Parts: sequence; C-alpha cells; structure tokens
Amino acid sequence: MAAGTAVDTSAAKKPSWGAAFTRSEALRGWTLLSPTTILMVVGLAAPLVIMLLYSFWKQEGLTLNTDFTLANYAEVSGKYYTVLLRSLWIAALAAFFTVLLGYPVAYYVAFHAKNSKFIWLILLTIPFWTSYLLRVFALRVIMPEELRATPAAVVIALTHAWAAFAILPIYVSLEKIDRTLLEAAADLGDGAVRRFWRITFPLSLPGVVSAMTLIFVPTIGDYVTPSLIGGGKPATFMIANIIQGQIKSNDWPLAATTAIVSMIMVAIAVYFFVAALKAASRSLR
Amino acid sequence: MSDMNSGDYIRIEHVTKRFGSFHAVDDAHFSIRPGEFFSLLGPSGCGKTTLLRMIAGFEFPTEGEIYIDGQPVTGVPANKRPTNMVFQSYAIFPHLDVYDNVAYGLRKAKLPKAELDRRVKEALGMIRMDGFENRRADQMSGGQRQRVALARALVNRPKVLLLDEPLGALDKKLREQMQFELRMLQQQVGITFIFVTHDQEEALSLSDRIAVMQKGKVLQIASPRELYESPNCREVADFIGTMNFMPGVVKSIEPKVAVVEVEGLGLINSPLPEDYSFAAVGSEVLIGARPEKLDVVRGAPHPGEKGVKGTIGACAYLGDRNHYQVTIEGRAAPLQVATEQGDRSTLASFSPGEHVTVSWGDNSMVLLPKS
Repeated sequence: MAAGTAVDTSAAKKPSWGAAFTRSEALRGWTLLSPTTILMVVGLAAPLVIMLLYSFWKQEGLTLNTDFTLANYAEVSGKYYTVLLRSLWIAALAAFFTVLLGYPVAYYVAFHAKNSKFIWLILLTIPFWTSYLLRVFALRVIMPEELRATPAAVVIALTHAWAAFAILPIYVSLEKIDRTLLEAAADLGDGAVRRFWRITFPLSLPGVVSAMTLIFVPTIGDYVTPSLIGGGKPATFMIANIIQGQIKSNDWPLAATTAIVSMIMVAIAVYFFVAALKAASRSLR
Repeated sequence: MSDMNSGDYIRIEHVTKRFGSFHAVDDAHFSIRPGEFFSLLGPSGCGKTTLLRMIAGFEFPTEGEIYIDGQPVTGVPANKRPTNMVFQSYAIFPHLDVYDNVAYGLRKAKLPKAELDRRVKEALGMIRMDGFENRRADQMSGGQRQRVALARALVNRPKVLLLDEPLGALDKKLREQMQFELRMLQQQVGITFIFVTHDQEEALSLSDRIAVMQKGKVLQIASPRELYESPNCREVADFIGTMNFMPGVVKSIEPKVAVVEVEGLGLINSPLPEDYSFAAVGSEVLIGARPEKLDVVRGAPHPGEKGVKGTIGACAYLGDRNHYQVTIEGRAAPLQVATEQGDRSTLASFSPGEHVTVSWGDNSMVLLPKS
C-alpha cells in the first residue's frame, strides 16, 4: 500500500502535457478554441473596450480631452434620435420581409424538393457569386426614380440581398422536423393548415429567430446599401452613415458613442423580439 | 355488399399496395371484428406497417378498398377517419408538454374547457401518468413516452386504435409489463386494437386473432392457439416458434388421418387439417413437429406412442427445459426435441452420444403442404 502511494506521488510530480491533454475535456476544448479566442480578444473585445473609453472622452478641435464626460451621450440621444429609429425600422422591416418571403422557399425545398434539394441550395447561393456592390447598383438601376431615395428602397434592397440568410436557417429547422409528427397531427384530426400552425411553424421557430437576428443585427449597421440606393440623400441615412460622417469630421468620441448607443438598442430590440416570439409560440398548441 | 357480415368492423377487400413494381401488400383480404385485439405479425418488410398505414389513411391502396364501419375510406384523409394511431417512435410533440400533447386532438374538437380538462386528466389517470402534465418529451423515459402516446390517441375515443410496434423500443422487462397493461386497457375501453409487431411472442400473448404476413401476403389468420398448433404452411410454422420439418410421401388418406412415409421415421399418422386438398395419395408433403411435442426416453417409447432410435447430439440447458438434437439413422437433419424439467429430484438428462428413443403420439405431428 505504501509502495503504491509512493509510485502515485512520483507520477503526479511529473505532469506530462500529453497525459493532461488526453484526460481533460476542457483543455482539449480550449486548445481547439484558442486561435479563435485570441482573434476575438484582439480583434473584438479590446477594440470594444477602447471604443467604450472613447465614448466618455471629448474631442476638442484637434485635441482629445480624456476627462470623464457624458456629453457625447447627451448629444447622440438628442441629435440622432430620428436616424437611430429609422435604422431600427429599416432593419426590422428588412428582417421581417426577408423571412416572410424566404419561408415559403425554405418550406418548398425542405418538404417538396425531394431529389432536387442540392440543386436548390446551390441556386440559392448563386447571387453571392456576384459582388454585393454590383447587386445593389443593378437594383438601383431598375428601380423607379421616385423610389430610389426613400427608406422603402433601402428595405427592398436589403430584403433582396439577405434572402439566402433567411432561407438557409429556416430550411435547416424545417428539414429537422420529424415527419411522423405531422402524421401524428393529421391522425389527431388536423388538416394541412392547422398542422402547419400547430406543428411545423412552432418547430421552425428556432430557424425563424436565427434568420431574423442574422438579418436584423447586421443590417441595422449597414452603410453601403443606404448610401448607394439613396445616393447620399439624408432621407435614407442609417446610423452607420452618421458614424461615417463623424469619423470624417474627426470626432472619434462621438462616433464611438453613436456606435455604442446603437449596439445597446440592437440588444434591447433583439431581446424583446425573441421574448415576443416565444410568447407567441406558446399560444400555438 | 351482399356478403357483408354486420359483425365486421374493418374490412380489407382485395387490397394491394405497390410502390413502383414492388408489392408492399399483395391482395390482402380479411375482416376485423369490433372490439377485437387483432395483430399483424411478420418480419420487417412484410407489408404489415403499410397495411396499418392504409387503415390510418397515410397510404392509399393501389387496388382494392378498405371499409371502416361499412364505409369505404379510400379518399378519406387521415384527419377525417375514426382511427387513432400510436406510432413506433411515439411522435410526442416536442414543443408541447404532456398535457398539451394529450389535449391535442380535443382542442381541435373545440370542447368546453372544463370537459377538455376532465378528459385529459382521465386519460392521464388511465395510464397512471397523473402529475406529469408539465413534462416534455425529453424529460420522459421511453416507457412514459409510450404511455403518453397511448393516452393522446385514446383520449379522442377512437373506434379503432392502431399500434405500430409500440413496444419495440422498450427493454424486455418493461415490454412484458406494457403488454399486460395494453391488454388490460383494451378490455377496459373495449375498442378495436390493430397491433403491428414482428415479435411472435408478443402477438401470441396479446391477440384475439393474428394475421401472419410475409412478402406482402397474408399467409394465415387465426387465433394464437390455432396458429401455433395448426399452422397452414411452412412459413407460418417457421415464423412462430420452432418446428422440425420432415419431407414425406402420402401413403393413404383415412378418415381424419393421413398416413405419411417419412425417411428414417417410417409411417406417421398425422391428423388431417381442415383443408387437405394438397395431400393426395402419392403426393409429397411436409410433416411438422414442434420440439416439445416430441420426447426423449431411454428404451421403449411411451405407451401408445411410436418411437425411433437415435443418438443424442448437442444438448442445451434452458432452465425450464432441456433442448436436444437427436440424430436419427437414415435422416440427414437431426430432430430438435425439447423436454420439460421435472421436479428437482428427477434431474433426468441425457448426455451427448447416448443412445435413446424419440417418442411421439398421433397428435404430435402436423401435415403441411410441400412449399
């Protein structure tokens, strides 16, 4: 027994990296994650912290006053209220229409495409083989003159551009639905329409939620689409266009503050959206 | 229909289902009586599930017609049929809890809230799942899910309950317990059960009648006892239990008995089955004998029985019985014989190589057509 203990201690004294690596699930996990983690810390977390710092500073001419101040926040909430709201609305509408138009396509591919699923999925990604700029330009060319410089034009352009981002996640969640569940619903008396609302739709909600967030979050900060479609007219400006202007006029603290305010707004909007959708799905039973 | 028997609740009339050139179900033609526990038994791919799905309304016959309560149902979709199904995978709706799963069919029927609640509670009580109302599918064991699937179907008070291998995913002990409960439940609610299984023991212990299917064809429909004691063909005999098959030639047909000459065993008297048109004098037939209908003895056969000398080959101890392979001179295949264990004082057993006599009576053997 004593000899056994002695052997154990000596083995424990020489921890081998290989053995520890094999034993510990967590260590293996972190090793796998480490390149991404490093990139995220350097490229995302650190800049975010810097941005947050800047938002409490003040640009005075060419000098940066690093005394703590909330003046930027006051300025943003007073001045850019309309643009912030417009960005929210445009992104929300774009997300809504993309999902509304994408759902039937995803449904068709998941339930009716049968042997041609692969071809459909390739076809859906074909638009991405062309540059985004070209696609927005092309859309601008075919748009009626009076539509071009309106928020509606931006919504249309975004809906068109993000279609695949709605279709793919919804397709995946529809594809995952066990077809026996639909048979069970039919067996319990439901026709096609009721089956859709009581089974298919609630079970595809994860796809709908990820599609909506996937579109809503990036589009709210879109800069290219409003400036190309709107041709630089302030009526179509979204928050990113404002930030770009602030950076151009060398007011980094104000730009940082605007970005942070819009991030907070996105977070709040997504939270309420997901909560509302969950509540809605509970009423479908 | 002039030949319609009013006692028939479900009538399968010359139903054929083809998928392309594959015959999933080939000319099935039989009736199921009201209140009956009816099983469709066969190996996987025999068409039993396809037949069940046609009754449920998920598939439609290529030819023939199915009648439920006298009404032809081809063209009636699943949601309009008086049937409910328990699926093999249970198909519990994952986004709903137990209560809402069970209430699913009732909500469609737009019952008053109190009535709905009463019936859901009653159904949950019946399967002893009260208190589980708020569980979801992933918080339940296989057996519990199976019960919920049962309650979800029965709560609608269907005229026919269809069960597609509902016990297949459960372990042996639980399966035996559920078999017992199913049988009790069926007697309690008194509705027609149509039960699909590949497990012959399960079918024998549960059913009033069984249809044995193979390769899309219904081979025999009979009570469990009749199927086991008097199978009508080699396939049925082979699928249900074990049987020794011995080719023979009919020597003569006497009242109630066929005399058949079997290689190595001599002349065998076998009771005539109901339909013995296949057994003309001089024709080749099969003689079948269940292992437990034969016996192994030392010396002379049992009084009043016939016997043949042989040598014990392999033996297996199975707890409640012993299983022997007995080599008979002049026969290529050894005979399978199962002997019951007596009380513990008579641990009579035989060892390999021992010379013995296989003994059988006139009712031990079954006459079967040469397939």
